Amino acid sequence: MGPAEDFTGFENIKNILTNNIFLKAVGNSFTIVALSLFVQLPLGLFLAILFGRGLRGRAFFRTIFFLPYVLSEAITAVLWRILYNPEPSRGFINAVLQAMGLETKAWLGETNLVLISIFVVLTWKYIGFHMLLYITGLQNIPRDVEEAALIDGVNKRQMFTYITLPLLAGTIRTSVYLSVLGSLQVFAIVWIMTKGGPVNASEVLSTYMYRFSFVRFQLGYGAAVAIVMLIIALIFSITYMSFVRRTEHIV
Amino acid sequence: MPEKAKKSKKFIEILPVILKYIILIAALLFILVPIVIIIFGGLKTRGEFYTIPYVPPIPPRWGNIVRIVKMPIFWYMMRNSVLVTGAATAGVVIIASMSAFVFARINFKGKSLMFQFFTLGLMFPATVAILPIFLIVRQIGLQNNLIGVILVLTTFQLSMSTVILRNFFMEIPSELQDAAMIDGCNTIGFFWKILLPLAKPSLAAVASLAVVNTWNDLLVALVLIDKEKLWTLQLGTMQFQGQYGQDLSLVSAFLILAAIPAVIFYIFAQRHIVSGLTAGSLKG
Repeated sequence: MGPAEDFTGFENIKNILTNNIFLKAVGNSFTIVALSLFVQLPLGLFLAILFGRGLRGRAFFRTIFFLPYVLSEAITAVLWRILYNPEPSRGFINAVLQAMGLETKAWLGETNLVLISIFVVLTWKYIGFHMLLYITGLQNIPRDVEEAALIDGVNKRQMFTYITLPLLAGTIRTSVYLSVLGSLQVFAIVWIMTKGGPVNASEVLSTYMYRFSFVRFQLGYGAAVAIVMLIIALIFSITYMSFVRRTEHIV
Repeated sequence: MPEKAKKSKKFIEILPVILKYIILIAALLFILVPIVIIIFGGLKTRGEFYTIPYVPPIPPRWGNIVRIVKMPIFWYMMRNSVLVTGAATAGVVIIASMSAFVFARINFKGKSLMFQFFTLGLMFPATVAILPIFLIVRQIGLQNNLIGVILVLTTFQLSMSTVILRNFFMEIPSELQDAAMIDGCNTIGFFWKILLPLAKPSLAAVASLAVVNTWNDLLVALVLIDKEKLWTLQLGTMQFQGQYGQDLSLVSAFLILAAIPAVIFYIFAQRHIVSGLTAGSLKG
Protein backbone atom coordinates (compact mmCIF):
# COMPACT_ATOMS: atom_id res chain seq x y z
CA MET A 1 0.00 0.00 0.00
CA GLY A 2 2.00 2.98 -1.27
CA PRO A 3 0.74 6.43 -2.09
CA ALA A 4 -2.47 6.61 -4.08
CA GLU A 5 -1.02 6.13 -7.54
CA ASP A 6 -4.06 4.92 -9.36
CA PHE A 7 -6.58 7.47 -8.23
CA THR A 8 -9.97 6.21 -9.20
CA GLY A 9 -11.89 9.40 -8.56
CA PHE A 10 -15.26 8.74 -7.09
CA GLU A 11 -15.58 5.31 -8.64
CA ASN A 12 -15.72 3.49 -5.29
CA ILE A 13 -18.16 5.94 -3.77
CA LYS A 14 -20.37 5.64 -6.83
CA ASN A 15 -20.18 1.85 -6.58
CA ILE A 16 -21.28 1.67 -2.97
CA LEU A 17 -24.05 4.20 -3.38
CA THR A 18 -25.65 1.97 -5.98
CA ASN A 19 -25.03 -1.26 -4.08
CA ASN A 20 -28.20 -2.75 -2.63
CA ILE A 21 -26.48 -4.39 0.31
CA PHE A 22 -24.75 -1.14 1.23
CA LEU A 23 -28.07 0.69 1.10
CA LYS A 24 -29.53 -2.06 3.26
CA ALA A 25 -26.70 -1.54 5.77
CA VAL A 26 -27.38 2.21 5.82
CA GLY A 27 -31.08 1.52 6.36
CA ASN A 28 -30.35 -0.92 9.18
CA SER A 29 -27.96 1.51 10.87
CA PHE A 30 -30.57 4.25 10.69
CA THR A 31 -33.20 1.83 12.02
CA ILE A 32 -31.01 1.12 15.03
CA VAL A 33 -30.48 4.85 15.54
CA ALA A 34 -34.23 5.49 15.32
CA LEU A 35 -35.12 2.63 17.67
CA SER A 36 -32.54 3.87 20.17
CA LEU A 37 -33.88 7.41 20.03
CA PHE A 38 -37.56 6.65 20.11
CA VAL A 39 -37.68 3.48 22.20
CA GLN A 40 -34.53 3.04 24.26
CA LEU A 41 -34.06 6.64 25.44
CA PRO A 42 -37.71 7.32 26.36
CA LEU A 43 -37.74 4.03 28.24
CA GLY A 44 -34.57 5.03 30.08
CA LEU A 45 -36.03 8.43 30.91
CA PHE A 46 -39.25 6.84 32.11
CA LEU A 47 -37.38 4.42 34.38
CA ALA A 48 -35.10 7.19 35.65
CA ILE A 49 -38.06 9.37 36.59
CA LEU A 50 -39.82 6.43 38.17
CA PHE A 51 -36.87 5.29 40.26
CA GLY A 52 -34.55 8.24 40.32
CA ARG A 53 -35.88 9.68 43.50
CA GLY A 54 -37.44 8.54 46.67
CA LEU A 55 -36.98 4.85 46.04
CA ARG A 56 -35.41 2.79 48.75
CA GLY A 57 -32.28 0.93 47.73
CA ARG A 58 -31.68 3.32 44.84
CA ALA A 59 -27.93 2.74 44.86
CA PHE A 60 -28.47 -1.02 44.64
CA PHE A 61 -30.80 -0.71 41.66
CA ARG A 62 -28.43 1.65 39.94
CA THR A 63 -25.65 -0.90 40.37
CA ILE A 64 -27.78 -3.60 38.75
CA PHE A 65 -29.02 -1.50 35.84
CA PHE A 66 -25.52 -0.28 35.11
CA LEU A 67 -23.90 -3.73 35.30
CA PRO A 68 -24.38 -4.66 31.61
CA TYR A 69 -22.59 -1.45 30.62
CA VAL A 70 -19.36 -2.72 32.20
CA LEU A 71 -19.61 -6.14 30.60
CA SER A 72 -17.90 -6.01 27.22
CA GLU A 73 -19.82 -6.12 23.96
CA ALA A 74 -18.08 -9.41 23.17
CA ILE A 75 -19.35 -11.04 26.36
CA THR A 76 -22.79 -9.50 25.86
CA ALA A 77 -23.02 -10.82 22.32
CA VAL A 78 -21.97 -14.37 23.16
CA LEU A 79 -24.27 -14.39 26.20
CA TRP A 80 -27.32 -13.35 24.16
CA ARG A 81 -26.48 -15.75 21.37
CA ILE A 82 -26.97 -18.53 23.90
CA LEU A 83 -30.24 -17.05 25.17
CA TYR A 84 -31.52 -16.67 21.61
CA ASN A 85 -30.71 -20.29 20.70
CA PRO A 86 -33.70 -21.53 18.68
CA GLU A 87 -33.91 -24.85 20.59
CA PRO A 88 -36.09 -24.32 23.69
CA SER A 89 -33.91 -26.82 25.57
CA ARG A 90 -30.92 -24.53 25.02
CA GLY A 91 -32.19 -21.00 24.47
CA PHE A 92 -33.94 -19.47 27.43
CA ILE A 93 -36.15 -17.09 25.47
CA ASN A 94 -37.78 -19.81 23.43
CA ALA A 95 -38.05 -21.95 26.56
CA VAL A 96 -40.11 -19.22 28.23
CA LEU A 97 -42.27 -18.80 25.12
CA GLN A 98 -42.84 -22.54 24.92
CA ALA A 99 -43.75 -22.72 28.60
CA MET A 100 -46.30 -19.97 28.01
CA GLY A 101 -47.70 -21.91 25.07
CA LEU A 102 -46.47 -19.40 22.52
CA GLU A 103 -44.71 -19.97 19.25
CA THR A 104 -40.95 -20.25 19.37
CA LYS A 105 -38.89 -18.27 16.89
CA ALA A 106 -35.41 -18.35 15.37
CA TRP A 107 -34.58 -14.92 16.74
CA LEU A 108 -31.31 -14.49 14.94
CA GLY A 109 -32.20 -16.63 11.95
CA GLU A 110 -35.20 -14.84 10.52
CA THR A 111 -34.67 -11.81 8.35
CA ASN A 112 -37.58 -9.87 9.79
CA LEU A 113 -36.72 -10.56 13.44
CA VAL A 114 -32.97 -10.30 13.61
CA LEU A 115 -32.65 -6.53 13.81
CA ILE A 116 -35.20 -6.27 16.62
CA SER A 117 -33.45 -9.10 18.46
CA ILE A 118 -30.17 -7.20 18.22
CA PHE A 119 -31.84 -4.01 19.35
CA VAL A 120 -33.09 -5.79 22.49
CA VAL A 121 -29.47 -6.68 23.28
CA LEU A 122 -28.34 -3.10 22.70
CA THR A 123 -31.08 -1.90 25.03
CA TRP A 124 -30.07 -4.43 27.66
CA LYS A 125 -26.50 -3.19 27.51
CA TYR A 126 -26.97 0.55 27.21
CA ILE A 127 -30.24 1.50 28.90
CA GLY A 128 -28.52 1.65 32.29
CA PHE A 129 -26.03 4.18 30.98
CA HIS A 130 -28.76 6.51 29.76
CA MET A 131 -30.71 6.04 32.98
CA LEU A 132 -27.59 7.04 34.86
CA LEU A 133 -27.28 10.24 32.83
CA TYR A 134 -30.95 11.06 33.42
CA ILE A 135 -30.78 10.30 37.14
CA THR A 136 -27.76 12.59 37.46
CA GLY A 137 -29.61 15.25 35.48
CA LEU A 138 -32.67 14.91 37.69
CA GLN A 139 -30.55 15.22 40.82
CA ASN A 140 -29.14 18.46 39.48
CA ILE A 141 -32.58 20.06 39.24
CA PRO A 142 -32.83 22.34 42.26
CA ARG A 143 -35.44 21.17 44.75
CA ASP A 144 -36.75 24.67 45.42
CA VAL A 145 -37.79 25.14 41.78
CA GLU A 146 -40.12 22.18 42.08
CA GLU A 147 -41.28 23.17 45.53
CA ALA A 148 -42.13 26.63 44.25
CA ALA A 149 -44.09 25.10 41.40
CA LEU A 150 -45.96 22.85 43.82
CA ILE A 151 -46.91 25.86 45.94
CA ASP A 152 -48.19 27.52 42.77
CA GLY A 153 -50.55 24.59 42.40
CA VAL A 154 -48.92 22.77 39.50
CA ASN A 155 -50.14 19.21 38.96
CA LYS A 156 -47.93 16.24 38.20
CA ARG A 157 -48.24 16.36 34.45
CA GLN A 158 -47.65 20.10 34.29
CA MET A 159 -44.67 19.64 36.55
CA PHE A 160 -43.20 17.14 34.11
CA THR A 161 -43.87 19.09 30.89
CA TYR A 162 -43.07 22.58 32.09
CA ILE A 163 -40.49 22.08 34.83
CA THR A 164 -38.72 18.73 34.77
CA LEU A 165 -38.42 18.20 31.02
CA PRO A 166 -37.06 21.68 30.13
CA LEU A 167 -34.57 21.52 32.98
CA LEU A 168 -33.48 18.11 31.76
CA ALA A 169 -33.04 19.33 28.17
CA GLY A 170 -29.25 19.50 28.38
CA THR A 171 -29.00 15.93 29.65
CA ILE A 172 -31.41 14.65 27.02
CA ARG A 173 -29.44 16.37 24.28
CA THR A 174 -26.25 14.73 25.50
CA SER A 175 -27.78 11.30 25.69
CA VAL A 176 -29.26 11.73 22.20
CA TYR A 177 -25.83 12.70 20.87
CA LEU A 178 -24.08 9.74 22.47
CA SER A 179 -26.83 7.36 21.46
CA VAL A 180 -26.79 8.36 17.80
CA LEU A 181 -23.01 8.23 17.50
CA GLY A 182 -22.90 4.93 19.40
CA SER A 183 -25.68 3.38 17.32
CA LEU A 184 -23.97 4.35 14.07
CA GLN A 185 -20.84 2.52 15.21
CA VAL A 186 -22.34 -0.66 16.62
CA PHE A 187 -19.97 -3.40 15.58
CA ALA A 188 -18.98 -6.10 18.04
CA ILE A 189 -22.50 -7.12 19.04
CA VAL A 190 -23.71 -7.50 15.45
CA TRP A 191 -20.53 -9.11 14.17
CA ILE A 192 -20.41 -11.75 16.91
CA MET A 193 -24.13 -12.47 16.96
CA THR A 194 -24.95 -12.65 13.24
CA LYS A 195 -22.01 -11.40 11.14
CA GLY A 196 -24.63 -9.22 9.46
CA GLY A 197 -26.79 -12.16 8.43
CA PRO A 198 -29.01 -13.93 7.63
CA VAL A 199 -28.80 -12.74 4.03
CA ASN A 200 -27.57 -9.31 5.13
CA ALA A 201 -30.70 -8.72 7.19
CA SER A 202 -28.66 -7.33 10.08
CA GLU A 203 -25.86 -5.76 8.04
CA VAL A 204 -24.89 -2.37 9.47
CA LEU A 205 -22.36 0.21 8.29
CA SER A 206 -19.53 -1.01 10.48
CA THR A 207 -19.95 -4.71 9.67
CA TYR A 208 -20.19 -3.89 5.97
CA MET A 209 -17.02 -1.84 6.16
CA TYR A 210 -15.23 -4.51 8.18
CA ARG A 211 -16.22 -7.25 5.74
CA PHE A 212 -14.91 -5.41 2.71
CA SER A 213 -11.78 -4.06 4.38
CA PHE A 214 -10.63 -7.03 6.42
CA VAL A 215 -12.38 -10.16 5.19
CA ARG A 216 -12.33 -9.53 1.45
CA PHE A 217 -9.43 -7.07 1.58
CA GLN A 218 -10.98 -4.68 -0.93
CA LEU A 219 -9.40 -1.76 0.87
CA GLY A 220 -10.51 0.93 -1.54
CA TYR A 221 -14.09 -0.16 -1.32
CA GLY A 222 -13.88 -0.45 2.48
CA ALA A 223 -12.39 3.04 2.68
CA ALA A 224 -15.27 4.40 0.62
CA VAL A 225 -17.71 2.92 3.15
CA ALA A 226 -15.69 4.47 5.98
CA ILE A 227 -15.87 7.86 4.27
CA VAL A 228 -19.65 7.61 3.98
CA MET A 229 -19.79 6.65 7.68
CA LEU A 230 -17.63 9.62 8.59
CA ILE A 231 -19.76 11.98 6.53
CA ILE A 232 -22.95 10.75 8.21
CA ALA A 233 -21.35 11.16 11.65
CA LEU A 234 -20.01 14.63 10.78
CA ILE A 235 -23.31 15.86 9.36
CA PHE A 236 -25.01 14.70 12.52
CA SER A 237 -22.36 16.26 14.80
CA ILE A 238 -22.44 19.61 13.00
CA THR A 239 -26.24 19.70 13.02
CA TYR A 240 -26.17 18.83 16.69
CA MET A 241 -23.61 21.52 17.53
CA SER A 242 -25.50 24.24 15.68
CA PHE A 243 -28.72 23.09 17.33
CA VAL A 244 -27.08 23.26 20.75
CA ARG A 245 -25.68 26.72 20.03
CA ARG A 246 -29.09 27.95 18.93
CA THR A 247 -31.03 26.55 21.87
CA GLU A 248 -28.51 27.33 24.57
CA HIS A 249 -29.37 31.00 24.30
CA ILE A 250 -32.99 30.20 25.00
CA VAL A 251 -32.55 28.00 28.03
CA MET B 1 -71.21 3.32 51.77
CA PRO B 2 -68.65 5.89 52.91
CA GLU B 3 -66.62 2.99 54.29
CA LYS B 4 -66.45 1.45 50.84
CA ALA B 5 -65.60 4.74 49.15
CA LYS B 6 -62.78 5.21 51.61
CA LYS B 7 -61.44 1.78 50.84
CA SER B 8 -61.49 2.24 47.07
CA LYS B 9 -59.87 5.63 47.41
CA LYS B 10 -57.09 4.06 49.36
CA PHE B 11 -56.70 1.47 46.64
CA ILE B 12 -56.43 4.18 43.99
CA GLU B 13 -53.79 5.88 46.06
CA ILE B 14 -51.59 2.84 46.41
CA LEU B 15 -52.17 1.63 42.86
CA PRO B 16 -49.39 3.80 41.38
CA VAL B 17 -47.00 2.47 44.02
CA ILE B 18 -47.87 -1.12 43.16
CA LEU B 19 -47.54 -0.36 39.47
CA LYS B 20 -44.20 1.27 40.10
CA TYR B 21 -42.89 -1.83 41.83
CA ILE B 22 -44.23 -4.12 39.11
CA ILE B 23 -42.36 -2.09 36.49
CA LEU B 24 -39.26 -2.03 38.65
CA ILE B 25 -39.30 -5.80 39.11
CA ALA B 26 -39.90 -6.37 35.39
CA ALA B 27 -36.96 -4.11 34.50
CA LEU B 28 -34.73 -5.80 37.06
CA LEU B 29 -35.65 -9.23 35.70
CA PHE B 30 -34.83 -8.07 32.16
CA ILE B 31 -31.36 -7.07 33.27
CA LEU B 32 -30.61 -9.89 35.69
CA VAL B 33 -32.18 -13.03 34.23
CA PRO B 34 -29.78 -13.28 31.25
CA ILE B 35 -26.80 -13.10 33.61
CA VAL B 36 -28.29 -15.61 36.05
CA ILE B 37 -29.14 -18.08 33.26
CA ILE B 38 -25.55 -18.00 32.00
CA ILE B 39 -24.19 -18.49 35.53
CA PHE B 40 -26.53 -21.47 35.95
CA GLY B 41 -25.43 -22.90 32.61
CA GLY B 42 -21.72 -22.47 33.24
CA LEU B 43 -21.90 -24.43 36.47
CA LYS B 44 -23.50 -27.49 34.90
CA THR B 45 -22.18 -30.44 32.98
CA ARG B 46 -22.84 -30.50 29.27
CA GLY B 47 -25.49 -33.17 29.77
CA GLU B 48 -27.25 -31.25 32.51
CA PHE B 49 -27.23 -28.14 30.36
CA TYR B 50 -29.31 -29.88 27.73
CA THR B 51 -31.68 -31.68 30.09
CA ILE B 52 -32.24 -29.20 32.94
CA PRO B 53 -30.89 -25.91 31.59
CA TYR B 54 -32.83 -23.41 33.68
CA VAL B 55 -32.72 -24.70 37.23
CA PRO B 56 -30.07 -23.63 39.74
CA PRO B 57 -26.89 -25.68 39.50
CA ILE B 58 -27.17 -27.70 42.69
CA PRO B 59 -24.64 -29.07 43.28
CA PRO B 60 -22.48 -26.76 41.12
CA ARG B 61 -20.20 -28.57 38.67
CA TRP B 62 -16.84 -26.91 38.40
CA GLY B 63 -15.67 -29.10 35.53
CA ASN B 64 -16.06 -26.49 32.80
CA ILE B 65 -14.51 -23.75 34.89
CA VAL B 66 -11.54 -25.98 35.72
CA ARG B 67 -11.16 -26.96 32.07
CA ILE B 68 -10.90 -23.31 31.01
CA VAL B 69 -8.61 -22.33 33.87
CA LYS B 70 -6.29 -25.12 32.72
CA MET B 71 -6.13 -23.76 29.16
CA PRO B 72 -2.88 -21.79 28.76
CA ILE B 73 -4.57 -19.60 26.11
CA PHE B 74 -7.02 -18.28 28.72
CA TRP B 75 -4.15 -16.95 30.81
CA TYR B 76 -2.48 -15.45 27.74
CA MET B 77 -5.70 -13.56 27.05
CA MET B 78 -5.89 -12.33 30.63
CA ARG B 79 -2.28 -11.26 30.62
CA ASN B 80 -2.63 -9.45 27.29
CA SER B 81 -5.75 -7.63 28.36
CA VAL B 82 -4.19 -6.60 31.66
CA LEU B 83 -1.06 -5.37 29.85
CA VAL B 84 -2.97 -3.44 27.21
CA THR B 85 -5.39 -1.93 29.73
CA GLY B 86 -2.67 -0.98 32.20
CA ALA B 87 -0.43 0.62 29.61
CA ALA B 88 -3.21 2.45 27.74
CA THR B 89 -4.72 3.75 30.97
CA ALA B 90 -1.36 5.02 32.16
CA GLY B 91 -0.79 6.63 28.77
CA VAL B 92 -4.20 8.30 28.77
CA VAL B 93 -3.82 9.69 32.28
CA ILE B 94 -0.28 10.97 31.80
CA ILE B 95 -0.78 12.57 28.38
CA ALA B 96 -4.30 13.88 28.97
CA SER B 97 -3.44 15.47 32.32
CA MET B 98 -0.56 17.35 30.72
CA SER B 99 -2.49 18.49 27.66
CA ALA B 100 -5.50 19.40 29.81
CA PHE B 101 -3.24 21.50 32.02
CA VAL B 102 -1.88 23.36 29.02
CA PHE B 103 -5.36 24.04 27.66
CA ALA B 104 -6.70 25.06 31.06
CA ARG B 105 -3.85 27.16 32.40
CA ILE B 106 -1.37 28.33 29.80
CA ASN B 107 -2.14 31.02 27.25
CA PHE B 108 -0.57 30.86 23.84
CA LYS B 109 -1.39 31.89 20.32
CA GLY B 110 -3.88 29.69 18.51
CA LYS B 111 -4.88 27.90 21.71
CA SER B 112 -8.60 27.94 21.08
CA LEU B 113 -8.17 26.75 17.50
CA MET B 114 -5.92 23.97 18.71
CA PHE B 115 -8.41 22.96 21.36
CA GLN B 116 -11.19 22.89 18.77
CA PHE B 117 -9.01 20.65 16.67
CA PHE B 118 -8.40 18.45 19.70
CA THR B 119 -12.11 18.04 20.37
CA LEU B 120 -12.65 16.91 16.78
CA GLY B 121 -11.45 13.57 18.09
CA LEU B 122 -14.73 13.30 19.97
CA MET B 123 -16.51 12.97 16.63
CA PHE B 124 -13.96 10.67 15.08
CA PRO B 125 -14.16 7.35 16.86
CA ALA B 126 -11.83 4.42 16.21
CA THR B 127 -14.56 2.46 14.39
CA VAL B 128 -14.73 5.00 11.58
CA ALA B 129 -10.97 5.29 11.42
CA ILE B 130 -10.19 1.61 11.66
CA LEU B 131 -8.93 1.25 8.10
CA PRO B 132 -6.32 4.05 8.24
CA ILE B 133 -5.40 2.80 11.72
CA PHE B 134 -4.70 -0.61 10.28
CA LEU B 135 -2.64 0.78 7.40
CA ILE B 136 -0.56 3.07 9.61
CA VAL B 137 0.09 0.45 12.27
CA ARG B 138 1.08 -2.04 9.60
CA GLN B 139 3.38 0.49 8.00
CA ILE B 140 5.25 1.16 11.24
CA GLY B 141 5.54 -2.57 11.77
CA LEU B 142 3.44 -2.88 14.91
CA GLN B 143 0.96 -5.37 13.55
CA ASN B 144 0.71 -8.42 15.82
CA ASN B 145 2.28 -6.39 18.57
CA LEU B 146 0.44 -5.32 21.69
CA ILE B 147 2.23 -1.96 21.54
CA GLY B 148 0.25 -1.19 18.39
CA VAL B 149 -3.03 -1.88 20.18
CA ILE B 150 -1.91 0.18 23.17
CA LEU B 151 -0.93 3.17 21.02
CA VAL B 152 -4.22 3.19 19.13
CA LEU B 153 -6.41 2.76 22.20
CA THR B 154 -4.48 5.48 24.05
CA THR B 155 -4.73 7.93 21.19
CA PHE B 156 -8.44 7.55 20.66
CA GLN B 157 -9.22 8.28 24.29
CA LEU B 158 -7.14 11.44 24.52
CA SER B 159 -9.78 13.87 23.27
CA MET B 160 -12.46 12.88 25.75
CA SER B 161 -10.05 12.59 28.69
CA THR B 162 -8.46 15.95 27.94
CA VAL B 163 -11.86 17.64 27.77
CA ILE B 164 -12.93 16.13 31.10
CA LEU B 165 -9.67 17.01 32.87
CA ARG B 166 -9.54 20.50 31.39
CA ASN B 167 -12.97 21.19 32.88
CA PHE B 168 -11.80 20.00 36.28
CA PHE B 169 -8.56 21.96 36.11
CA MET B 170 -10.39 25.12 35.17
CA GLU B 171 -12.46 24.87 38.32
CA ILE B 172 -9.37 25.15 40.50
CA PRO B 173 -9.06 28.86 41.39
CA SER B 174 -6.23 30.74 39.69
CA GLU B 175 -5.47 32.48 43.01
CA LEU B 176 -4.02 29.18 44.10
CA GLN B 177 -1.56 29.23 41.24
CA ASP B 178 -0.68 32.88 41.93
CA ALA B 179 -0.04 32.06 45.58
CA ALA B 180 2.13 29.09 44.66
CA MET B 181 4.10 31.21 42.20
CA ILE B 182 4.73 33.86 44.85
CA ASP B 183 5.99 31.13 47.14
CA GLY B 184 8.55 30.25 44.50
CA CYS B 185 6.80 27.40 42.70
CA ASN B 186 7.27 27.24 38.93
CA THR B 187 4.65 26.05 36.46
CA ILE B 188 5.80 22.45 36.47
CA GLY B 189 6.04 22.44 40.24
CA PHE B 190 2.51 23.81 40.49
CA PHE B 191 1.23 21.14 38.10
CA TRP B 192 3.03 18.31 39.83
CA LYS B 193 2.85 19.24 43.51
CA ILE B 194 -0.42 21.14 43.76
CA LEU B 195 -2.74 20.60 40.81
CA LEU B 196 -2.40 16.84 40.38
CA PRO B 197 -2.93 16.00 44.08
CA LEU B 198 -5.98 18.28 44.08
CA ALA B 199 -7.30 16.64 40.92
CA LYS B 200 -7.02 13.08 42.27
CA PRO B 201 -10.78 12.38 42.08
CA SER B 202 -10.97 13.54 38.48
CA LEU B 203 -7.84 11.59 37.57
CA ALA B 204 -9.41 8.52 39.13
CA ALA B 205 -12.57 9.10 37.09
CA VAL B 206 -10.65 9.46 33.83
CA ALA B 207 -8.50 6.43 34.64
CA SER B 208 -11.52 4.27 35.48
CA LEU B 209 -13.20 5.25 32.27
CA ALA B 210 -10.04 4.42 30.35
CA VAL B 211 -9.87 1.01 32.05
CA VAL B 212 -13.44 0.16 31.03
CA ASN B 213 -13.03 1.42 27.45
CA THR B 214 -9.69 -0.26 26.86
CA TRP B 215 -10.64 -3.52 28.52
CA ASN B 216 -13.80 -3.78 26.39
CA ASP B 217 -12.23 -3.03 23.01
CA LEU B 218 -12.76 -5.67 20.40
CA LEU B 219 -12.34 -4.02 17.02
CA VAL B 220 -8.82 -2.61 17.37
CA ALA B 221 -7.43 -5.90 18.63
CA LEU B 222 -9.38 -7.83 16.01
CA VAL B 223 -7.89 -5.79 13.21
CA LEU B 224 -4.32 -5.61 14.50
CA ILE B 225 -3.77 -9.03 16.09
CA ASP B 226 -3.73 -12.44 14.40
CA LYS B 227 -1.42 -14.39 16.68
CA GLU B 228 -3.35 -16.50 19.17
CA LYS B 229 -0.90 -15.79 21.97
CA LEU B 230 -1.56 -12.08 21.61
CA TRP B 231 -5.37 -12.23 21.72
CA THR B 232 -6.97 -9.93 24.23
CA LEU B 233 -9.79 -11.28 26.36
CA GLN B 234 -12.51 -9.80 24.13
CA LEU B 235 -10.91 -11.14 20.98
CA GLY B 236 -10.52 -14.48 22.75
CA THR B 237 -14.18 -14.45 23.80
CA MET B 238 -15.20 -14.08 20.18
CA GLN B 239 -12.83 -16.81 19.01
CA PHE B 240 -13.82 -19.12 21.86
CA GLN B 241 -17.44 -18.81 20.79
CA GLY B 242 -16.38 -19.69 17.26
CA GLN B 243 -14.37 -22.72 18.33
CA TYR B 244 -16.52 -24.23 21.11
CA GLY B 245 -19.88 -22.69 20.10
CA GLN B 246 -21.58 -26.10 20.22
CA ASP B 247 -20.75 -26.74 23.87
CA LEU B 248 -22.98 -24.11 25.44
CA SER B 249 -22.13 -24.97 29.05
CA LEU B 250 -18.41 -24.57 28.32
CA VAL B 251 -19.03 -21.23 26.58
CA SER B 252 -21.14 -20.10 29.55
CA ALA B 253 -18.34 -21.03 31.92
CA PHE B 254 -15.94 -19.04 29.77
CA LEU B 255 -18.24 -16.02 29.95
CA ILE B 256 -18.35 -16.26 33.76
CA LEU B 257 -14.56 -16.27 33.96
CA ALA B 258 -14.13 -13.58 31.31
CA ALA B 259 -16.56 -11.27 33.12
CA ILE B 260 -14.98 -11.60 36.55
CA PRO B 261 -12.22 -8.96 36.15
CA ALA B 262 -14.65 -6.34 34.83
CA VAL B 263 -17.19 -7.06 37.54
CA ILE B 264 -14.60 -6.88 40.31
CA PHE B 265 -13.29 -3.62 38.90
CA TYR B 266 -16.83 -2.30 38.67
CA ILE B 267 -17.56 -3.12 42.29
CA PHE B 268 -14.50 -1.23 43.50
CA ALA B 269 -14.46 1.66 41.04
CA GLN B 270 -18.17 2.19 40.43
CA ARG B 271 -18.11 5.67 41.93
CA HIS B 272 -15.22 6.76 39.71
CA ILE B 273 -16.64 5.20 36.55
CA VAL B 274 -19.94 6.92 37.14
CA SER B 275 -18.39 10.30 37.83
CA GLY B 276 -16.15 9.96 34.77
CA LEU B 277 -19.08 9.09 32.53
CA THR B 278 -21.32 11.84 33.78
CA ALA B 279 -18.53 14.42 33.71
CA GLY B 280 -17.51 13.39 30.23
CA SER B 281 -20.96 13.44 28.77
CA LEU B 282 -22.55 16.31 30.66
CA LYS B 283 -19.71 18.74 30.19
CA GLY B 284 -18.15 17.53 26.98
